[in-house]
Amino acid sequence: MRIAYFPGCTLNTTAKGFDNALRASFAALGAELVELPEWNCCGATFPLLVDNMLDLVAPTRVLLAAQRQGDRLAVACTMCYNVIRRTNNRLRSDADALEKLNYFIEAEYRGGVEVLDVLQILRDDVGFEAVQAAVKKPLTGLKVAAYYGCMVLRPPTEVAYDDPENPHALDDLLRALGAEPVEWPHKAECCGAYLAVKSKEATAEMSYRILSSAQRAGAQAVVTNCPLCQFNLDKQQLDMGRRHGGYQPVPVLYFSQLLGVALGLDTADFGWERHYVDVRPLLESLG
Amino acid sequence: MAIAPIQRVLIIGAGIAGMQAALDIANAGYEVVLVEREPSIGGRMAQLSETFPTLDCAQCILTPRTVEVGHHEHIRLRTYSEVEAVEGQLGDFRVRIRRRAAYVNWEVCTGCGLCQEKCPKKVISDFERGIGPRKAIYTLSPQAVPNKPVIDRQSCIYFERGKCRACEKFCPTGAIDFEQEDAIIEERVGAIIVATGYDLYPLSLLGEYGYGEVPDVIDSLAFERLLSASGPTAGQVRRPSDGAEPKEVVFIQCAGSRDPELHKPYCSKICCMYTAKHAMLYKHKVHDGQAYVFYIDIRSAGKRYEEFVQRAMEEERVLYVRGKVSRVFRENGKVMVWGTDTLSGQNVEVAADLVVLAPAMVPKAGSDVVAELLDLATDEHGWFTAAEANLQPVETKRAGVFLAGAAVGPMDIPETVAQASGAAAQVLSLFAQWAERNGNA
Repeated sequence: MRIAYFPGCTLNTTAKGFDNALRASFAALGAELVELPEWNCCGATFPLLVDNMLDLVAPTRVLLAAQRQGDRLAVACTMCYNVIRRTNNRLRSDADALEKLNYFIEAEYRGGVEVLDVLQILRDDVGFEAVQAAVKKPLTGLKVAAYYGCMVLRPPTEVAYDDPENPHALDDLLRALGAEPVEWPHKAECCGAYLAVKSKEATAEMSYRILSSAQRAGAQAVVTNCPLCQFNLDKQQLDMGRRHGGYQPVPVLYFSQLLGVALGLDTADFGWERHYVDVRPLLESLG
Repeated sequence: MAIAPIQRVLIIGAGIAGMQAALDIANAGYEVVLVEREPSIGGRMAQLSETFPTLDCAQCILTPRTVEVGHHEHIRLRTYSEVEAVEGQLGDFRVRIRRRAAYVNWEVCTGCGLCQEKCPKKVISDFERGIGPRKAIYTLSPQAVPNKPVIDRQSCIYFERGKCRACEKFCPTGAIDFEQEDAIIEERVGAIIVATGYDLYPLSLLGEYGYGEVPDVIDSLAFERLLSASGPTAGQVRRPSDGAEPKEVVFIQCAGSRDPELHKPYCSKICCMYTAKHAMLYKHKVHDGQAYVFYIDIRSAGKRYEEFVQRAMEEERVLYVRGKVSRVFRENGKVMVWGTDTLSGQNVEVAADLVVLAPAMVPKAGSDVVAELLDLATDEHGWFTAAEANLQPVETKRAGVFLAGAAVGPMDIPETVAQASGAAAQVLSLFAQWAERNGNA
């Protein structure tokens, strides 16, 4: 299987490990992610904040680039997925908007591209059973807390491919890798997102609640599909001990990294050095 | 019409709606064929502990009715049966009914109950809503009408392994018949009343409340069984996981109702009242217990309904919290409830011992099959559609076919009974018109 791929800017920079591990894992599973030859910013939060047509230009250009490659687009960054998918929904249901945007970008996007999250493709196209069959180094005994970015869950009718109130796709994947996902209540609670820019204290508290809940449930690592969640949960731990005495840091990984490890791939470019809480001791303990 | 129309009615469903219509028509001297899928009649009402707003014992006011239906000379009761085919039209419907094999000869059975006592196989009872057992040979309850057992073939040890036959050994009248087969019964009727009732929206679809996998998160019908003197705990409030008496109970209304995005957009209408009743009865049984009710709005439109809810709040000190619950999960033997109080703007966390959900009402499983058999319209949720919502609420677009009770949509007992009598009156009116026409001919 070959599928057009939009990594998003974060996966080209701070979340390079997410990207490298994802491409290598998909290739090992016989699914090739073919990066769009020309892509631009998805528009981040802006396109969906206000009713301004101009803001839809960037994601429409991404959809146009995808249309040239086929009828499906795999998106890795959850934020990009949310933005591009919702823009696509709008263009599919609003002929007037589609016409205006096509006129503006001097091209013809026809609304035919299916926008999919990479975890969704892993579940529905590759299949978790096929993943399980391809595992070379099962993550036996590793207790993990699956943590879901809200961007693949909300708004449910527009973007969710999982139960928005109690998602389990990531738990199911981790189980296929041989790990043991813990039962915990914070799997879809807000990480604070961009509140980190405005109020560090607020995000720090939100992160603490999530991370301490994961550890109370016995998790040795938190695993996520969202670059912003990963960043918040990982970095906030640097000075968490100062606010919460006795706090022990817990590694926060991307699912693609654990996928690559379980598939027995070379993990040299999985970006371990970029993590604030070192992941390597835990991985080494797995043997 | 070439032949005289048949003054006999088929009623599908023997809950309180079907029973009421059957009695009204039978008491007027006409024959009724009453078909029920379960082994005995009474429907949902037979599962209830008490009724709102009077707190009448449901079983006590229902039993005289079930007994009357069971003995009525004009009512042909076909329990453990389903309608398979309907042909013909107004005045002359030909109906095929499949009576499932009970593996018990009901003609010979005296209903002594010894077989149930001796049967070694315990299974989880649907009637007890999953919180109590029954045997592989069973009646729904000790007050069952007819009081004749059936063998559940899937659970029976003899059917599974070819050995056991304990019931047969102990039966004093030799009523057990492992060779019994389904029977096909043909009936001819002139009119049909559909009274198939409702189910509750399954907890397995409510991820935020634990998908029904947390044992101490139960639905409202299960709580009815907990409160019921004839229930698995003999009316004592005990939580399913460890049998302890719950001291903190959280009731969550609108579990799946009024949720257009993910579940059902409509109000299920009866939950505000029965939740007030549940909280009240809980307080009557556990004096030092605390009951919390999470609600969106309180809808208590009905005679003496609002007063009833006020009584729960003021006299019984039930704590009403206006807001939704976002998550229910297990922690340290408790059921943790995260919710919000929209009046104070605070988030609320309750460490509960038991959580009772009031799930949305949905059409009874299999009512789509009935709709297809009879070529009846249903709405997007599967509820039967009346011919005209305002002025023909119990009629359908199909001549001679009428609706009664919660098959049409969420409805409480008084409304159901009124509807059923309405449907019965429609049928009797038809019969009277036919009699007059034949008399004049």
